[in-house]
Amino acid sequence: MGEQTLNRRTFLQMNGIAGTGLVLGFNFYSCKHASEIRAEAKEWSEMNAFLSIADNGQVTIMSPNPEIGQGVKTSMPMIIAEELDIDWKDVIVKQAPFDAVKYTRQVAGGSQSIRKGWTALRTAGATAKEMLKNAAAEQWNILPAQCTASSGWIHGPNGEKMSYADLAPLAKEQAVPTDVTLKDPSEFTIIGHSKMNVDLPDIISGKPLFGMDFYREGMVYASILKGPFGARIERYDDSRARALEGVIDVLQLEDKLAIIGVDTWTCFKAKKLIDVQYKNQKTKWDSADISNNLKNLVRSNKLVVKREDGDVDKAFSTADQIIERSYSAPFLAHNTMAPMNFFAHVTSDKVECVGPIQTPQWTQGRIATLLDRPKEDVTIEMTRMGGGFGRRLYGDFALEVVEISSKINKPVKLVYSREDDMTGGIYRPASEYIFRAALKNGELVAYEVLGASVNDKNCVRPDFFPAGCLQHYRVSAGALESDITTGAWRAPVTNFVAYAEQSFLDEIAEELSISPLDLRLKMLDQAIQNKLDNPDLEYEFDPLKFKGVLLDVAEKSQYKGKEKQLGLSAYYSHNTYVAEVVELNEMNVSKIYCSIDCGIVVNPIAAENQAQGGVLDGMGHAMYGALTFNKGEVEQQNFHQYKLIRMNEVPDVEIHFIKSTNDPTGLGEPTLPPIGGALANAFYRGTGKRIYSQPFMDVLQDVLG
Amino acid sequence: MKEFSIVVNEKEHTVRVHEDTPLLWVLRDHLKLTGTKFGCGIAQCGACTVHIDGDAMRSCIYPISALGESKVTTIEGLSTKNDHPLQEAWVKHDVPQCGYCQSGQIMTAAAFLKESKNPSDSEIVEAMSGNICRCAAYLRIKEAVKTAAKS
Ligand code: FES
Ligand code: FES
Repeated sequence: MGEQTLNRRTFLQMNGIAGTGLVLGFNFYSCKHASEIRAEAKEWSEMNAFLSIADNGQVTIMSPNPEIGQGVKTSMPMIIAEELDIDWKDVIVKQAPFDAVKYTRQVAGGSQSIRKGWTALRTAGATAKEMLKNAAAEQWNILPAQCTASSGWIHGPNGEKMSYADLAPLAKEQAVPTDVTLKDPSEFTIIGHSKMNVDLPDIISGKPLFGMDFYREGMVYASILKGPFGARIERYDDSRARALEGVIDVLQLEDKLAIIGVDTWTCFKAKKLIDVQYKNQKTKWDSADISNNLKNLVRSNKLVVKREDGDVDKAFSTADQIIERSYSAPFLAHNTMAPMNFFAHVTSDKVECVGPIQTPQWTQGRIATLLDRPKEDVTIEMTRMGGGFGRRLYGDFALEVVEISSKINKPVKLVYSREDDMTGGIYRPASEYIFRAALKNGELVAYEVLGASVNDKNCVRPDFFPAGCLQHYRVSAGALESDITTGAWRAPVTNFVAYAEQSFLDEIAEELSISPLDLRLKMLDQAIQNKLDNPDLEYEFDPLKFKGVLLDVAEKSQYKGKEKQLGLSAYYSHNTYVAEVVELNEMNVSKIYCSIDCGIVVNPIAAENQAQGGVLDGMGHAMYGALTFNKGEVEQQNFHQYKLIRMNEVPDVEIHFIKSTNDPTGLGEPTLPPIGGALANAFYRGTGKRIYSQPFMDVLQDVLG
Repeated sequence: MKEFSIVVNEKEHTVRVHEDTPLLWVLRDHLKLTGTKFGCGIAQCGACTVHIDGDAMRSCIYPISALGESKVTTIEGLSTKNDHPLQEAWVKHDVPQCGYCQSGQIMTAAAFLKESKNPSDSEIVEAMSGNICRCAAYLRIKEAVKTAAKS
C-alpha cells in the first residue's frame, strides 16, 4: 500500500468551500476536549481535507486512519497541529469519513499509519499555515516571508497580528502553495509532547464509540452459524428456532446460516435450536496431523529458496560442527476484546455500512462486487475498534451483514458471540521452522532457515537480520494448503520467527563460548563490513541502529551475558529496532527492559502504552496461547479454554526510546516479536531447559509447577 | 417473552424480553446503555461488569428474571461529570489502548475500592485479575487504581 499523499486536486476542490455540512456532526460520536467556554463556532473555513478553522479559533482536525487502539486518532492530528502552529487545546479531533480520494491510505495495518502519513499530515498543516500567512501579508501589504505564525496567530514585523479565526475565511481563497517548508524537529512543540487520548473522556463514561455500540432506529440483530472448516451444509432444520418468539428469519448464506431476531440474545438462543448436517468436509485434520505434515514439509524438497548468498551446501559440508534446531508454532486466534460485528443497511439507492474495519477501501470494493453495484453506492463509516491485531483487516463479517441486509431489506447489526469469534477466525497459521548453523574454527560461517506454514508460502523474512551478516546464508519456505482460514496476526510471521531465531542465536553463542550480546554485535559489525566489501549486498536493516538498541538495553538491564537471570533478544520489524531483556526472579518474570528506535516519538505517553502492550501481548501468547483442531473443528470456544494473560501474570515493563530526529517508523507491532526469544533465553538460564515450541507453559509446567 | 421493570442508574425501565436474557443484553439492546461491554458471555473477562446493589456483578450471566427489586448501576451512572476518582485516575494515567475493556475495569475497581479503603498492590492485582484487557494495558490500569485508592 502506498504512501499517504495529499492529493493536490483535493486541495483545490476543498479550497473555497465554506464547508459546514461535512465537518459538523456527521458522526454519531464526538469528542469535545477543546475548551468549552468559548463562543460557539458559527462558521468554519475548510482549509483542506484534513482541517477546518472556526471563527472562534477552534480547529477541527480529521484523523484519517482507523483507530484500533494504536492511538492514531490522537497522534495523527498532533502532526497536523504541529505544522499548523495551533495550541492543542484548540483542536477538536474527528474521525475522517472513509474517502480514498481525499485521504488515500486509510488503513490500520503493518504499523504504517504514522510512517506513511507523516509527510502528508505535516504538509496539510504547513500548507494551511502558509495560506494564512499569505492572507495576512495581503492585508498588511507585506511579503509573506515577513510573517511568522504561533499559537493560532500570524504576526507581522511591526507588531501587527491577526488570529487564524479572522484570517481563515480569507486564507481559504488563497492559491494552494506547492512547496511548503516543514519544521525542523528542534522546533516541535506538540510532537514529542504527551497528549491524552482524545477519546478518553468518552471511553471512561461509556459513550457509544465502538461498532458494537451502534444503533439505528428500526434495526434488527443477526448472528451467524458456521460449520467446521471446509464443510458445506447438506441440510438443516430451523423449525425450533423459528418457533422462538422474537426470531424474524433464518437464512442460508452458502455454507453458513444467518439468524435474524429482535435482539442479540434471541439470535444467540435461536442458534442453539438449529440442527445442521454438513457434507464434503475435506480437511478433517487434527492439530497433530497438521503438525506432522508441517514437519514433513519443512524437511522435504518442496520448499522454495527465497534467498541464497554464497555456497551454503559447501559451507555446511566442510563445517567443524553443525547446529540444527526445529521450532513449532501453534495456531493463534486474535481474540479482539470486542468480537466481530458490523452494521449494514442496503437499499436501492445506497449501501450504508458502519463498523470497525482496518481496511475500509478494500472492504468497500468487495461489498460492491458482492452486490454487483458501483463502489460509489457503498459508504463505510469507521468506528473505534475494540482491538484488531490483524483480524479486522478481513471484512468477512462486513460482507456477511451486507448480504443479510440485502436479503431482508432492513438495517441489521451482526454480532458474533465469543464462540463464533474464536471458532470462525482467520488465524495465525501453525508453522514449523528449522534453523541450521555451520561453525568452523570457532566462527559462525553459514546459516540456514527453512520454514513451512499453513497457507503461507512467505513464512520467512529473507532480507531481515542475519541477512548480510554471513557469507553463506540461505532461506527457504513452503506452505501447507488447508481450508482452515489463516491470515495476518499482529507482526505476521515475525511474531514467531523472531523467537526461534533469537533462541537459536543464544545456542550458537553458547557453542562458541561468547556472550549472546557479543555474538549479535559481532554479526552486525560483519554486516557493515560485508557491505563495504560488496556494495551490492542488500539487507533491510541498519546495523548501527540495531546495535544502538542492543547496547542500550544491555546498559539499562545491566546485561553482561553471564547473569543467571537475564535473557536477551532483539529484532527489527516494521522499520523499527527493538531489543528486550527479560529478568527472572526465581522462576517468575519480574521485569522486562525494552529499548526502541522508532525515530521521532510523536506521542510519548501513548507510545509507551502501545510498546508495553506489544511486549505483554507477545509474552501472553508465547506463554499460554494455542488454538487446536479436532476433525477440522476448533477445540477452544471461549476464554476458559484459551488463556489470555492477566494482571497477576504481568511483570513490570520498562520502555526506553532512543532519542532520534529521524522520521517516525512503526510501533503497533515491533515490540512483540523479540519477547518470545528473551523469555526463552531467560528460562534457559533459569532452568537449563531450551524451549522449542509455544506455548512455553506446556514445556515449563514441570519446572515451574 | 415477558415484561420486566428494572431500575438502572436510578431510572425505572420496562422491557419485554426472554426471561433468561442476561442483564447485559437488556442494557445494550433495549436500554441503549452500551457502555457495558460484551466480551465473552461466560463470566470470564469482566467487560460486562456492573454494580447490582453496589456489588460488582457480571451482567452477561445475570438473567433479568433474577434481578427482582435490585438496583443496577452501569458505567453511565458511575458519575455525572466523569469525576469519580477512578475516572480521574484513568485520565491522569492515559490508561486505554482500544478502550473496549475499560468500563468493565473501572466498574470492577469501583466496587473493590468501596470495600477496601487502603489496598496493597497485591490486593489490587488480585481484585483486578478477573478482568481481561486484550491490549494488555494492565500496568496502567494497576497504576490508575493505585492512584484512585489514594485519593
Ligand atoms: S462478557 Fe461478561 S465476563 Fe465477559
Ligand atoms: S484497552 Fe483494549 S482491551 Fe483493554
